[in-house]
Amino acid sequence: MKKYVIIGNGVAAAGCIEGIRSADAEGSITVISAESYPVYCRPLISYYLENKTDLQRMNYRGESFYADHNAAVLYGKNAAEIRTDAKQIILDDGSSIAYDALCCCTGSSPFVPPMQGLDTVEKKFSFMTIDDTLALEKAVTPESRVLIIGAGLIGLKCAEGLHDRVRSITVCDLAPRVLSSILDDRCAAMMQKHLEDHGISFILGTSAKEFQGGHAVMQNGTEVDFDVLVLAVGVRANTALVKNAGGNVGRGIAVDDACRTSLPDIYAAGDCTEYHDISSDSVKVMALMPNAYMQGRTAGVNMAGGEAAFDNAIPMNSIGFFGFHCHTAGSQPEGCEMYEEADENHIKRLFVKDDRLTGFMILGTMHRTGIYTALIRNQTPLSSVDFDRLRIEPQLAAMGSAYRDKVLKGAV
Amino acid sequence: MKRIYVKEEWCLGCHLCEYNCAFANSGMTDMVKALRGKTIYPRIQVETDENGVTYAVSCRHCNDPLCVKSCIAGALSKKDGVIEIDHSKCVGCLTCVLVCPYGAVVEDGSGVAQKCELCMKNTCGAPACVKGCPNGAIVYEDRGEAE
Repeated sequence: MKKYVIIGNGVAAAGCIEGIRSADAEGSITVISAESYPVYCRPLISYYLENKTDLQRMNYRGESFYADHNAAVLYGKNAAEIRTDAKQIILDDGSSIAYDALCCCTGSSPFVPPMQGLDTVEKKFSFMTIDDTLALEKAVTPESRVLIIGAGLIGLKCAEGLHDRVRSITVCDLAPRVLSSILDDRCAAMMQKHLEDHGISFILGTSAKEFQGGHAVMQNGTEVDFDVLVLAVGVRANTALVKNAGGNVGRGIAVDDACRTSLPDIYAAGDCTEYHDISSDSVKVMALMPNAYMQGRTAGVNMAGGEAAFDNAIPMNSIGFFGFHCHTAGSQPEGCEMYEEADENHIKRLFVKDDRLTGFMILGTMHRTGIYTALIRNQTPLSSVDFDRLRIEPQLAAMGSAYRDKVLKGAV
Repeated sequence: MKRIYVKEEWCLGCHLCEYNCAFANSGMTDMVKALRGKTIYPRIQVETDENGVTYAVSCRHCNDPLCVKSCIAGALSKKDGVIEIDHSKCVGCLTCVLVCPYGAVVEDGSGVAQKCELCMKNTCGAPACVKGCPNGAIVYEDRGEAE
């Protein structure tokens, strides 16, 4: 009987459990979980603050998930070391667990750059976990002035979540625009305006220089008084376990299409990894929940002796604020052409290079955008479809009758 | 298992399937009251190709469903061959819309996602688009294809 061990208990771990069990009903599965909760939907913490969900509904899987998959979870435990020679994991309490196949789903941690006087701030929080969220919820009042450092996905979702609970929200970022990792200047400007219309204030293109209790001074001289500080500057992949064991690590744990690390019988999945983005033909950290699940599942199948590959990964994000959505996928390689349509409340930008759709940004109307995503993921030659029709409206009608027959007259 | 298949050679392009879908999922008993003067958000959509051929597109209940794998709320699942949404868990992030290769998951008009659930959850009990198609262009049958 094979011994499977998973370090971490997020969505990648859930995918890994399901992957293992799709190929092996017998082996033992042990999950080492630092957090004291069953697998939950991490991006839903902002929806929790908005009262759009609750802790019960945030569970990623049903109550009997671990029992149904015959997996044992060690809650509140951390892995301290992987010993590849003995094929053992040493926990922080000194105990050890043997493995035949191991998957590291260690996620990422908030990155807090050194900022002068940060220790003088009484109420400061990260926004990554349920515990962060519950602590933040407790700290805010309807009179709170909140300062959020970071106008990325985490910082802005936090702003939306807190919106109805506090008096004011100011978001600052070193980047000159919001959501700088996924939007270009024009798209970001539209999203920023939408957020400002809902009362969120921005200080962009500068960073916090100094804190004195509830007073922040920015590099550009702007001063902000606040009651609660949220640090959402960025995250870093948790790579130390694999790195210390001698595995290849860049900005994330290096994994191949089978989700194998460079170490024998050790796999990795989720936000802790860096892997191949086919839309830009480069290796990146793509800390995205859908990819985390697919990597975890792929790793699980392979750990159990099956054959699976996640060989068409691309970055993609669906994010919305106050009912205004944005979909992005793929990348904008140098020299790509852009097709654009835009009006006051809607932008569509499609990026094309070498007869392929490589990426898009769509704000406002989200209708059948997955057809575009599939063009990127499948690297469909645009000369094989009616792209003049497709770029105006995503539709199967422009994909050719053979494709349509396959999809609508058969099982896919 | 039974699946929805379309026969585009029989499709009239009348869009009745869209109205029957919207009505079946409206929770109302009177079609006129359910639909009159309203923008409908059907889970099936009629497309027209460059030759004027029409056909309806709805969820394929895929063997390898990207929507289920991508759902950030754990709200989508596949049970007995049917991909369904637990609306109590959906938060309306629309990741499923972003990943469905066939454009079969759509917004419901109130900001959350909806998709064909084969009328298993409404009072219709069998796909309303199939029942109501005047020319037999949408069928629900078992063609012996593997799940």
